[in-house]
Amino acid sequence: MKDQYALALGDDALVLAQRLGEWVARAPELEEDVALANIALDLLGQARTLLTHAGELEGAGRDEDALAYWRDDRDFRNVLLVELPNGDFAQTMARQLVFAAYQYELYDRLRASTDATLAAVAGKAVKEVHYHRDHATQWVLRLGDGTDESRRRMVAGLDTVWPYVDELFDDGGNPGPALVAEGVAVDPATLREPWTAYVGTVLAEAGLEPPAGAAPRGGGRRGLHTEHLGYLLAEMQHLHRTHPGATW
Amino acid sequence: MAGTDEREAAFYAIVDSDGRIEPRDDMPEAYRKTLIRQIAQHAHSEIIGMQPEGNWISRAPSLRRKAILLAKVQDEAGHGLYLYAAAETLGVSRDQLLELLHTRRQKYSSIFNYPTLTWADVGAIGWLVDGAAITNQVPLTRCSYGPYARAMVRICKEESFHQRQGFESLLTLTRGSAAQKAMAQDALDRWWYPSLAMFGPPDTGEQVSGGHTEQSMRWGIKRFSNDELRQRFVDMTVPQSEVLGLTIPDPDLRWNDERGHYDFTAPDYDELFRVIKGDGPCNAQRLAHRVAAHTEGAWVREAAAAYAAKQRAKTQTEAA
Amino acid sequence: MTSAEWPLWEVFVRARRGLSHLHVGSLHAPDAAMAVRNARDVYTRRGEGVSIWVVPSDQITASSPDEKDAFFDPAGDKVYRHPTFYEVPAEAKHL
Repeated sequence: MKDQYALALGDDALVLAQRLGEWVARAPELEEDVALANIALDLLGQARTLLTHAGELEGAGRDEDALAYWRDDRDFRNVLLVELPNGDFAQTMARQLVFAAYQYELYDRLRASTDATLAAVAGKAVKEVHYHRDHATQWVLRLGDGTDESRRRMVAGLDTVWPYVDELFDDGGNPGPALVAEGVAVDPATLREPWTAYVGTVLAEAGLEPPAGAAPRGGGRRGLHTEHLGYLLAEMQHLHRTHPGATW
Repeated sequence: MAGTDEREAAFYAIVDSDGRIEPRDDMPEAYRKTLIRQIAQHAHSEIIGMQPEGNWISRAPSLRRKAILLAKVQDEAGHGLYLYAAAETLGVSRDQLLELLHTRRQKYSSIFNYPTLTWADVGAIGWLVDGAAITNQVPLTRCSYGPYARAMVRICKEESFHQRQGFESLLTLTRGSAAQKAMAQDALDRWWYPSLAMFGPPDTGEQVSGGHTEQSMRWGIKRFSNDELRQRFVDMTVPQSEVLGLTIPDPDLRWNDERGHYDFTAPDYDELFRVIKGDGPCNAQRLAHRVAAHTEGAWVREAAAAYAAKQRAKTQTEAA
Repeated sequence: MTSAEWPLWEVFVRARRGLSHLHVGSLHAPDAAMAVRNARDVYTRRGEGVSIWVVPSDQITASSPDEKDAFFDPAGDKVYRHPTFYEVPAEAKHL
């Protein structure tokens, strides 16, 4: 099960890196192209270490590329939030705030993991994610309290991503109580409170409300995804799969 | 106040002694205009150049290659940014320069109007296009205009990784499967002549005197002629192609003992001029992409500016 | 409508402890908070610094070019400010 946990965290980072990579050469300003690429690179780095670790734990000889390129969407363990299309810049920033705030609390605690590799990944990643959270915070403040249009878009962006928030804190069998008890994994339910405190403060400062009333969506950790993931993977995997066994 | 002649003499005294002109120095208006055009064109090339390579970020065939490519395209955004900033020291704004790009009144390197059809094209761009760019840029680190020269020092330092990763990526392909090797050769076949054309039209013979090149050399903006740089690039690249085991698509390419250089077939300059004029395979696509990014980002830039204005107003009210 | 072109900022980076902040370039940002973040991404991608300053470009006061000679020429004859002015015996190390 440990490998499934590492896989889930790795898939989150990989799929979001893939989405953020789509922004490159499309950002609102050059400085932002650089910033979004930085965040994508951090996430990709986390994904590579986590997938490599998952492969080692599995012990079937699969490396990061075997896991990234040769699994179908039913075998991906990421939360649905990260696979959603980018939408506009406001929607991307809404997701960044939600996800980075979650990842920050997660990695902050995972530093104490009894699994040395997970603890090491978390130790490095927590600093990166602190910056991602700050970056998203700055933008949510500016878009929420900028112009009428930016506010309207920020509200719409939050509405779009909000149904996918609950899944972040839903254990759903991964990691499961045993791994948490062993001190390997963090029970995601425990992250909800600090997450709510942080995100709530940012939204309040931006004059925004957490959206209410949307039915929560989930299933990603069990391989039940949105239709979007299939296309994301088709694009990501096609070249690698066209040349089986090739070295790049 | 010094007279015009005296100030011009001071300018040439600095340039002639290989010194650096700085933003607040007096400079001939034509020097300033030439620099703005050249630096802007260079900056535009960096940001348009993000597209052909960015085209493969989502499909990179390994996570390692994906990370390298992302970092490289990110560097290009950074380089564009350094260069726009250098141009801004001459009294134009980045917005003005982007407007000139978006309305086709300023150019960017013609090379980026060719499509990246396979993964090997990413390697070929690193090896050939960045190789040609470095050949062009290294002399610019000694350019007479300080901010431009300093930006180029920074850029050249960062670019060296670009060329190496391109070469290494192609080397991996040529040592791989038959399909990978064919992909690499096909990329070289398509990128060779456009890369040679990156050095611009010939400026030997008649055109070297009295023309643009001579003026730029007098000003210390240009140190070598287009043809000298093109030759330098060919001499450097041919042995590298041998290491790769790829064939440069030029039957007349051979070492000339007498000249101490390779003889080679010149690129089709008519094609170069057609592409520069807007008739390349991807001109319309590249510009439309750039304009769309800028237009779609307008509300974000406005929101951030509005927020900053509100915060300033708040601070002033509190202070009052 | 607020002008949407973000102002220009000058960026200074301290490469490591013990050194001064040095001017490394400039960038555009809507405000100081974003400027310092953008500076981190743009100018320290390769670990070039431990501390960043940003200053609005229009807040820098420069000596005017007309006064340049008056400002800087006198220093040219104060060679005693430069350590190479002083000849010391070769056996005196660490000076």
